[in-house]
Amino acid sequence: MPTAPTEAVSATAPSGARRRREVIRRHSWPVRLTHWVNALTIFIMVGSGLNILNTHPRLYWGQAGANFDKAFLAFRPWPDWLILPSYTDLADARHWHFFFAWVLVANGALYLAWSLASRHIQRDLWPTASDLRAIPRSIVDHIRLRHPKGEAAKRYNILQRLAYLGLLALVAGMVLTGLCMSPGFDAFAPWLVIVMGGRQSARTLHFLFACAIVLFITVHVIEVILAGPINELRSMITGRYAVPGEHD
Amino acid sequence: MTILTRRQALITGLAGSGLLLTGCSKIFQADALNESMSFQRVLAAAQAWTRDTQRFLLAGGQLAQEFKPSDISPYFKPNGTYRPGGADYARHVAEGFVNWRLRLDGLVTHPLSLSIADLRRLPARSQITRHDCVEGWSAIGGWTGVPLALLLRAAGLRAGARYVVFYCADNLGGEALKGGDQSPGLYYESIGLVDAVHPQTIIAYGMNGKPLDVPHGAPLRLRVERQLGYKQAKYIRHIQVVSDFRSIDGGHGGYWEDRGYDWYAGI
Repeated sequence: MPTAPTEAVSATAPSGARRRREVIRRHSWPVRLTHWVNALTIFIMVGSGLNILNTHPRLYWGQAGANFDKAFLAFRPWPDWLILPSYTDLADARHWHFFFAWVLVANGALYLAWSLASRHIQRDLWPTASDLRAIPRSIVDHIRLRHPKGEAAKRYNILQRLAYLGLLALVAGMVLTGLCMSPGFDAFAPWLVIVMGGRQSARTLHFLFACAIVLFITVHVIEVILAGPINELRSMITGRYAVPGEHD
Repeated sequence: MTILTRRQALITGLAGSGLLLTGCSKIFQADALNESMSFQRVLAAAQAWTRDTQRFLLAGGQLAQEFKPSDISPYFKPNGTYRPGGADYARHVAEGFVNWRLRLDGLVTHPLSLSIADLRRLPARSQITRHDCVEGWSAIGGWTGVPLALLLRAAGLRAGARYVVFYCADNLGGEALKGGDQSPGLYYESIGLVDAVHPQTIIAYGMNGKPLDVPHGAPLRLRVERQLGYKQAKYIRHIQVVSDFRSIDGGHGGYWEDRGYDWYAGI
């Protein structure tokens, strides 16, 4: 947690070196655990999802849509190296997708329950008024690849907050649009299918939300590397994070 | 700590993500896992979770959404068999199916044998529903037929009745695109009694106000709304009530089920 109190001050520097770097406990164990389960699951979901899409790589808008209807988006089959398993097999890809969908939902429920109960979301993710006012400056900082130092580095910046909250919304959207493709679930909640614009719209949104998640992951990984990959990775594995000094 | 330059970081980041994606299947050893029987058993556990969850959510016997005539798809894509082969089926087509008989037997007290004319004299249900193919596409069509519950009540279920099996006249050669064992075989399907007695489960003889045509399953097909397209057996000749389908054909309860697809097709 970014606002967790300082745990230790060490990170030994060679003798004579200037300052010591402050080390804090940045991420709690439930965040770290669910982060890595999620990271693994999302790769499997994207790979098996593209495999499923390969059987009928056309997307439509509305309740219905098939080969003779106008496509909203149409693709050539996704290449073997991107799909999971690496050959188009609808039956098996569905088995992967629906098993890991349960993993994703269970993991997400654990994360949400813990994060709400511990006030992680309310405290660390929900933007404050001053955060919102800092949006323009934060955008400029990000464009110039300038990362927060010192005290500011101990909390999530506003673009991080919005990105992580956005990811939560996207994953919720993935689950709901996924459910709307199930004829059994549709008989239970036909209103949700209507909210999505129809079953084929839900299928299209499912794909577009997945694209947004892939975009998030790409930017996320680039930011981790820019911010110092070893320190950032360590903080997500062990929880310990060396706060970048004001002069680093 | 070494600070990477921005350019190095960007290049490393892009290359790293590229590598991760390239190796998606390789990293997870997905193909090896996919061919492992024990891993497939683990994945199969989710089928039961999904089926039981949906059975629980649909315990109220909810109906699938029904649509307006104006929602009907201009062209309803036929799939699987478009025209069953063989001289026998060709003769029935030529005769307008007047000699087609639907047999209903198995664990029933009064086995039935009905002509299309017999079925047309029974109370009918019409419904405009969305057909969802496992491949991903959907089409909306209007169906008219006899509720299966009515036929089962007329035949009378005997103790031990659990599933209803539909035997079809088409010998499907499989489609290479779907993977798995693509051996040809007579199409068949099965559903549980919960779905068999659902009000929208009908043996349809009419589509969009006309007699069912050959590509869509003439003269009789199953409509079991709330499940995927491969459950909607076409060209039905014989309905059998059984306690267990493990001894029938491949033993998984249907043509596509024997080729790797799930028996419960509510998702």
